[in-house]
Amino acid sequence: MKALLMLENGMTFEGEGFGDEHDVLCEVVFNSAMCGYTELLTDPSYAGQGVVMTYPLMGNYGICYEDAESVKPWLSAFLVHSVSTLASNFRCDIDLQSYLKNNHIAGMQGLDTRALTRCLRESGTMRGMIAYGDHPDTAAMKEQISGFALRSHVEEVSGHGDSVYGDGPVKIALCDYGVKQNIIRCLVKRGCTVRRFPCSATFEEMMEWKPDGFMLSNGPGDPKDCGPQIAELKKIYAHGVPTFAICLGHQLMALAHGADTYKLKYGHRGINHPVKDLSTGRVYITSQNHGYVVDAKTVDPKVADVSFVSMNDQSVEGLTYRNGKVFSVQFHPEASGGPLDTGFLFDQFLRVIGGGQL
Amino acid sequence: MSKREEIKKVVIIGSGPIVIGQAAEFDYAGTQACRALREEGVEVILINSNPATIMTDKDIADKVYIEPLTIDTIKKVIRKERPDSILPTLGGQNALNLAVELEESGFLREHHVEMIGTNADTIRMAEDRELFKEAMERIHQPCAESAIAESVEESCAIAKKIGYPVVVRPAYTLGGSGGGIAYSEEQLIAIATTGLHRSRVNQVLIERCISGWKEIEYEVMRDHNGNCITVCNMENFDPVGVHTGDSIVVAPCQTLADKETQMLRSAALDIITELKVEGGCNVQFALNPDSFEYCVIEVNPRVSRSSALASKATGYPIAKVASKIALGYTLDEIPNAITQKTFACFEPTLDYCVVKIPKWPFDKFVHAKRSLGTQMKATGEVMAISTSFEGALMKAIRSLEQATYDLFDDELDGLSDFDVAERIHAVDDRRIFAVAEAIRRGFDRNKIHHVTKIDRWFLDKLASIISMEKRLADEPLTEELLRAAKNFEFPDRTIAKITGKTEEAVRALEDEWNIHPVYKMVDTCAAEFDAATPYYYSCYGTENESVPESGRKKILVIGSGPIRIGQGIEFDFCSVHSVWALRDEGCETIIVNNNPETVSTDFDIADKLYFEPLTPEDVRHIVELEHPDGAVVQFGGQTAIKLAGAIEKMGVPILGTSFDSIDEAEDRERFDAILNELGIPRAAGRMVFTCDEAIRAANELGYPVLVRPSYVLGGQGMNIAYNDDDIRDQIGIINMVAQEHPILVDKYLMGTEVEVDAVCDGIDSVIPGIMKHIERAGVHSGDSISVYPAVGVDPKMQEMVVDYTRKLAKALRVKGLLNIQFIIKDEQVYVIEANPRSSRTIPYITKVTGIPIVPLAVGTFFGKTLPEMGFPYGLQPEQDLIAIKMPVFSFEKLYGADVNLGPEMKSTGEVLGIAKTYDEALIKAFSGAGMHLLTDGNAIITVKDSDKAEVLPIAKGLQEIGWQIFATAGTAEYLRRNGVPATLLYKIGDGKPDILDKILSGEIDLVINTPSKMVQNHRDGFLIRRNTVEAGIPCLTSLDTANAFLNCVRHVSETNLSVFDITTVSTSVDFV
Repeated sequence: MKALLMLENGMTFEGEGFGDEHDVLCEVVFNSAMCGYTELLTDPSYAGQGVVMTYPLMGNYGICYEDAESVKPWLSAFLVHSVSTLASNFRCDIDLQSYLKNNHIAGMQGLDTRALTRCLRESGTMRGMIAYGDHPDTAAMKEQISGFALRSHVEEVSGHGDSVYGDGPVKIALCDYGVKQNIIRCLVKRGCTVRRFPCSATFEEMMEWKPDGFMLSNGPGDPKDCGPQIAELKKIYAHGVPTFAICLGHQLMALAHGADTYKLKYGHRGINHPVKDLSTGRVYITSQNHGYVVDAKTVDPKVADVSFVSMNDQSVEGLTYRNGKVFSVQFHPEASGGPLDTGFLFDQFLRVIGGGQL
Repeated sequence: MSKREEIKKVVIIGSGPIVIGQAAEFDYAGTQACRALREEGVEVILINSNPATIMTDKDIADKVYIEPLTIDTIKKVIRKERPDSILPTLGGQNALNLAVELEESGFLREHHVEMIGTNADTIRMAEDRELFKEAMERIHQPCAESAIAESVEESCAIAKKIGYPVVVRPAYTLGGSGGGIAYSEEQLIAIATTGLHRSRVNQVLIERCISGWKEIEYEVMRDHNGNCITVCNMENFDPVGVHTGDSIVVAPCQTLADKETQMLRSAALDIITELKVEGGCNVQFALNPDSFEYCVIEVNPRVSRSSALASKATGYPIAKVASKIALGYTLDEIPNAITQKTFACFEPTLDYCVVKIPKWPFDKFVHAKRSLGTQMKATGEVMAISTSFEGALMKAIRSLEQATYDLFDDELDGLSDFDVAERIHAVDDRRIFAVAEAIRRGFDRNKIHHVTKIDRWFLDKLASIISMEKRLADEPLTEELLRAAKNFEFPDRTIAKITGKTEEAVRALEDEWNIHPVYKMVDTCAAEFDAATPYYYSCYGTENESVPESGRKKILVIGSGPIRIGQGIEFDFCSVHSVWALRDEGCETIIVNNNPETVSTDFDIADKLYFEPLTPEDVRHIVELEHPDGAVVQFGGQTAIKLAGAIEKMGVPILGTSFDSIDEAEDRERFDAILNELGIPRAAGRMVFTCDEAIRAANELGYPVLVRPSYVLGGQGMNIAYNDDDIRDQIGIINMVAQEHPILVDKYLMGTEVEVDAVCDGIDSVIPGIMKHIERAGVHSGDSISVYPAVGVDPKMQEMVVDYTRKLAKALRVKGLLNIQFIIKDEQVYVIEANPRSSRTIPYITKVTGIPIVPLAVGTFFGKTLPEMGFPYGLQPEQDLIAIKMPVFSFEKLYGADVNLGPEMKSTGEVLGIAKTYDEALIKAFSGAGMHLLTDGNAIITVKDSDKAEVLPIAKGLQEIGWQIFATAGTAEYLRRNGVPATLLYKIGDGKPDILDKILSGEIDLVINTPSKMVQNHRDGFLIRRNTVEAGIPCLTSLDTANAFLNCVRHVSETNLSVFDITTVSTSVDFV
């Protein structure tokens, strides 16, 4: 079926539908990764978003379920230049089209994705709507877009109930704001038992399990929508339990300590983002997916030091807290998809748990 | 840490002559590196024997030594120039080997020269098979099971242990030269014998055969601080088994999920970290398509053909960044020249698909084996960019200039299904067309995959193209269908052919439905940042990013496409210089080209770069967007000349010589008319279309005759015919490609050949110099040893040459460059041909005369006269030097290709010998071309009867110096009778040891063989010559070359070779 994407600035882009062809409102963002779409689709941080892929050829290797970062895709729509008619990979379980259709995710192809990306780069991330059919009512679409409010998806993507992974000697309480499975895998691989707590869990509830450390996960949306979680983080910090935070977790910990966050014009989404480790001068290529960022000016040097910065825009990519027990990064050391260069941060976490210095 | 201020003077070693496996990519890398170093205030001393390169320009390096790339030369230059550093990673394998040798001998240390960038330990670790294997074991990187052998027996023992098939890889050779896959012990013995011989260290690696696995390459960078990035990954369409230089390559990888991608990426970074590479590095992997199993195939700690491709595919200037790293910068300190906002420490991301296809020389070597394996055979390559694989592939196919515009191969069309099924088994240059034909005929896709091991994804893409063909054939041409076909980059020509419409009709529909390409930017970052790079490709999208500028005069420069025999790097030299000259004239320059290896396609050469096929349709689209004020075609070889007519029809004036004048020179009748009018003689000739006509013409003219197609480059399809059978063979070969133009049959004159490049301003000409060919007429000028000035040519004849040149230039109304070849015979000067365009001698003559030929030509486009620019008309004063250009061949890599020289060009590259005396220049030229000038050696001489008298003094001369002469019966007897002792060798098969055994014995240093007749592949002469080159022994097929060689070995011991800085050459006048 024909499909039309309209952005809140009124620009429209034509294409063809695929996947589950239902009209959908979303926040339109772009990602510049050339592979790793399975990981991206199943990354809960994309909840509520329509993701434009800048690389034009998608679905080449189909979907390998074992590469999924959660049980299902969370994004609202997948916007691409073209989807491969054949999925070729020895591990492929299903093709991309069928996977999206089965999981009720809207897809659109045939887009001039570069034009769309340039538009998002110039005007910033925007709300948008995809409508299917030959004659979409553009006036109605416009109205729907302006009435569409972005909301928090953390509750929805956070695991309900709790589950335990691994059986290693080190006990890690995972605050799940929409965790990517690979964070859990990275910890289990290093000898941890990881217990996942829903985002509604209180500090006290989690402490009953007597964890050796807290892992704060990634997650979708504006960190300032997560008031209750921020309150719990203050308690974790005060208690001095070693804590490692990634992405949304990183932002929440910063907000809990007086720093501010702001929305980036078009976010950092891709797997080629260079960050500099300010303590060594080394630069690492990282996987990133965030629309919000901690404002460096608001980080109280008495509380935390900036440990990593983005080489592209000098924004904050990591913080080390003065208590010597808590550190956080904006990027994704668990990768999936993306470079594995910063996996050593998990080792660092375990060293801190073992009493080592940051 | 930042720039190391103590580095002030750096030696760069170039890669030498263009040969198969080492082409223009090193000129691109070297030129970029020189510019990067000089922009940091570092003085650059360049050594390269190849005069056709841009890197050897006096504008690119501070001191330029066009000298043989030998240890001796480099030592002399280092002693003279006293540099503090040497950068060894820019000149390919040659430069790397030389630098390591200098380091190992202690010379560098003695002279306080530091190897910067990647150092000798790293190079050794990457290049030495054993050290490399140990390094990989330390970091748990799997290599294919293998072991090093130093003898054939050892090779067999290892293979027995690993199990057949095995891959044989000689250590320290270029292009995998001498290697191959052996399926049996018999094959192994043959391959290992040549491999051991070729290897500089007499080693071959016997390796588990992993052919059929996916071949994946990573281009990675590392600085001394340990920062590592990958610039690009690439996947080969052809699985492991075909040399990557002979594979169709796509960037980025298409069939790898993130897990495989990151596994290999991490492996590549671990490897360069372990090897401590500082700069760029290429890592090749084989990946089992059915598991995560992989192995490291090879690592090249230097810039390479792949790094050039990765640079052009991503926009990331690898050589530039590697040079800055060598100066001490870290990746995070080097700005990204494309975005100017970000740094070199990031990984480019593509939002398009790139396809590279090699350009093979099988059209020149019709008898060469076309099979592809571990021995690279391509001379060049094309690259194409689109938003789909189908589009990029279709663009790349038509960029090859092989008269093929799509996936159809007419030859396959007539085959039976059975034959097509056979053909997909053949791993050769035409496999993709055979596979397409099989898909077209509905063969089982799994079967095709099983046979070829080409990934199903690629097969599916070919199938998409085929189904588009079918739709065009079966359905009415609707707007939707035409748009879809154009999306796949079907050229109008193909759409017209399939739909039965005319190209004009298809074009009219495109105009009606507004189906036109847009241009997107190659910006390294997939539009994430606002980049300012002027590097564009076309696709059928909705938004055009290439905004035409207005204001300055806008000039389109047509590039020369892929490097091939007859059209090499010289034309890129001319194109780039024309761009610079046009810029100096205040013009905006737009270059169109499709060769990723060249300087002209670097993003900061022209004001705008369109990376596009060079066909009329593709150029027209650019013209319709840009509306240039003029186009320059005379610098881009035949590729550009062929487009002149089409461009003129688009309403764009051709700058300089008009299309009509070009045609006048190419069209036999029109050219003859001019010659008659001017009273300039030429060999009698006829224009024919059919074989019968050709035979009639030949008999009228009298044999021998020259037979050739008109409108060709490098004498393609040209040969000397001695009888009617030769004509039939010859016409057959010419007609393998459909001819639009007539075939020429000329009386063959045997005399001295001279060549002239002239610049003409419409009034008169400036002739920088006259070149004399050492080989008599009949050997293509590109294959002849060429001497400047024309030593030994009667001044009266020289005057006549100048006079004819000036007259012809005027009559042809040439504005710009004119190249004319003459034959001098019996005090008479004949014109062979005149080409109103740049020639392959322009770079060489520019350098040795100091006359800025290309800028002068560009000046004439704007109405300047040559005297106004500082040069009086006529022949310019001779420089006080002798410069000898020597051709270099790649015969050993092209199995089955005949080695003998003739009117069709066969050389792939050239070197220059430059000195104050003739002998010294000649010695330098021979040694630059890789010939060992031994004062005592063993020569086999076997020549046809008519050459026996002439070969006698050569044999005598060699024997007097101390050579031992071997010969077969006829020649031996003749020599003995005339007082030259010659050891008799049996003819092939007449007894043991026969001449072939002797050649392969390793005792022979030179073979002189003159062929008796043309197409004679199964004859002894052919076998002798093939075995000679495959054994790595020089084979001289012209007695003139042999004479020159004798002259050299006679004088080599008493000649002290100097080194000469070419930047000191100057003209008496100042160019204005």
